[in-house]
Amino acid sequence: MSSPADTPQTPETTDSPRENGGNGESRANGSELVRFTNVTKRFGDVTVLDRLDFHVETGKHVTLIGPSGSGKTTILRLLMTLLTPDEGTITVDGDHLNHEERDGKLVKAGEKHVREVRKKIGMVFQQFNLFPNMKVLRNVTEAPVHVLGLSKDEAVERAKGLIELVGLSEHLDKYPSQLSGGQQQRVAIARALAMRPQVLLLDEVTSALDPELVAGVLDVLRDIAHTTDITMLCVTHEMGFARDISDCVMMFDQGRVVEFGPPDKMFSEPEHERTREFLSTVL
Amino acid sequence: MNWDWEVVDDFMPRFWDGLALTLQALVLGSLIAFALGLVWAMAQRSDLRAIRWPVTAFTEFVRNTPLLVQLFFLFYVVPEWGPSMSPLTTGIIGLGLHYSTYTAEVYRAGIGGVPQGQWEAATALNLPRVRTWTAVILPQAIRRVVPALGNYVIAMLKDSPMIAVIGALEMFGEAEGFSNETFTTEAYTIVGVAFIVIAYPASLLIRLLERRLVLTS
Repeated sequence: MSSPADTPQTPETTDSPRENGGNGESRANGSELVRFTNVTKRFGDVTVLDRLDFHVETGKHVTLIGPSGSGKTTILRLLMTLLTPDEGTITVDGDHLNHEERDGKLVKAGEKHVREVRKKIGMVFQQFNLFPNMKVLRNVTEAPVHVLGLSKDEAVERAKGLIELVGLSEHLDKYPSQLSGGQQQRVAIARALAMRPQVLLLDEVTSALDPELVAGVLDVLRDIAHTTDITMLCVTHEMGFARDISDCVMMFDQGRVVEFGPPDKMFSEPEHERTREFLSTVL
Repeated sequence: MNWDWEVVDDFMPRFWDGLALTLQALVLGSLIAFALGLVWAMAQRSDLRAIRWPVTAFTEFVRNTPLLVQLFFLFYVVPEWGPSMSPLTTGIIGLGLHYSTYTAEVYRAGIGGVPQGQWEAATALNLPRVRTWTAVILPQAIRRVVPALGNYVIAMLKDSPMIAVIGALEMFGEAEGFSNETFTTEAYTIVGVAFIVIAYPASLLIRLLERRLVLTS
């Protein structure tokens, strides 16, 4: 379908995160799941992303690091279609996210197309954003029932499994306001996973938590990273966590990728001065 | 001033008729105001300018012209080219329509008060638009606005005597008719007391509701 994504025009700063699996057609591990091509995003006069190119392979866990304002969160929000790019294209699993092909031309995608592609993406937010008017269980079943069309029983079964995975089985009947921040965030993780997305976006998921609650959330995510084959794109300031779960760490600054590589290399011997500088402030 | 209990006795049958009409107008008028106001508020958030603009123009127009004029318009002008309705029906529609432009503002504030993150979470979960409104946004928004809506019900109660001018004889209309026929004044006092007896407990109830909703949200 989508030919633009196949053209190998990646500039030197950005190639595949870690061992380039080539451009295999299969969608198994190693193929390309997310691709940004020449993506520019501006807010007023500020260019947050500047002709960004990068891609993420299926099953990989990629962590985006960099100073605040470097555009990391914007990348996730673009992928979640909470923002639309000013220029460039984004593809997920070979499908254009903001465009669709009509008569061989790329045009702005309609609502239906966006909804179809968006099914492949899930997101966990810094502020949890649980629905406060729904109990824990219903927070997790709501979308599977009304988006995926699962029966109530199927959705409840799936939700209970995930809520158990995040260690909150005894809180099914509570409202979010009755839970701690860490517990709320774990529910939010279960809620995102219930949609079985191919890509999970984690946007500073521990930044709003009290320090003693961070570990519980990170443990859950570590568990998910190590036991599932879900692709993760993660913006975090928890460098220890990034080291644990990442296949690839990408350093951003001023809307561009400074460098990327496996976490061992990035954290111990980064090539760029900018990366060293940043890491010295957070490590 | 002399107070004659016999006059009161004579008035009471008509008072009960009037009270029934007042309450009917209030309940049905409120339902219209609640429902239509929500429609206006949602329409004003539409992506389509062709929906947003006319609705804004219409609600501004209605909100900024007197209810009395609107009642006359509905009763005398509309039937010349549209449906003609009984005084009570006209009064109910007039009250409901007029107050819907106020409740629209209340809903608008309530909807605007739902955090942006709720919309974003609904998008991230791919919830359909209708479901986002009915399951996520409105339950949270309406909770916040119940007390304010209640205040408009009381305001509507106090405006309800206006429908007497088009012949819907609610409490005040009955009192006026009775007083003119009998050259007495007791009926006005009774109606005045009746308004307090309804409105004051209602406002206490709203205050109670406000406290409970705020506490648990």
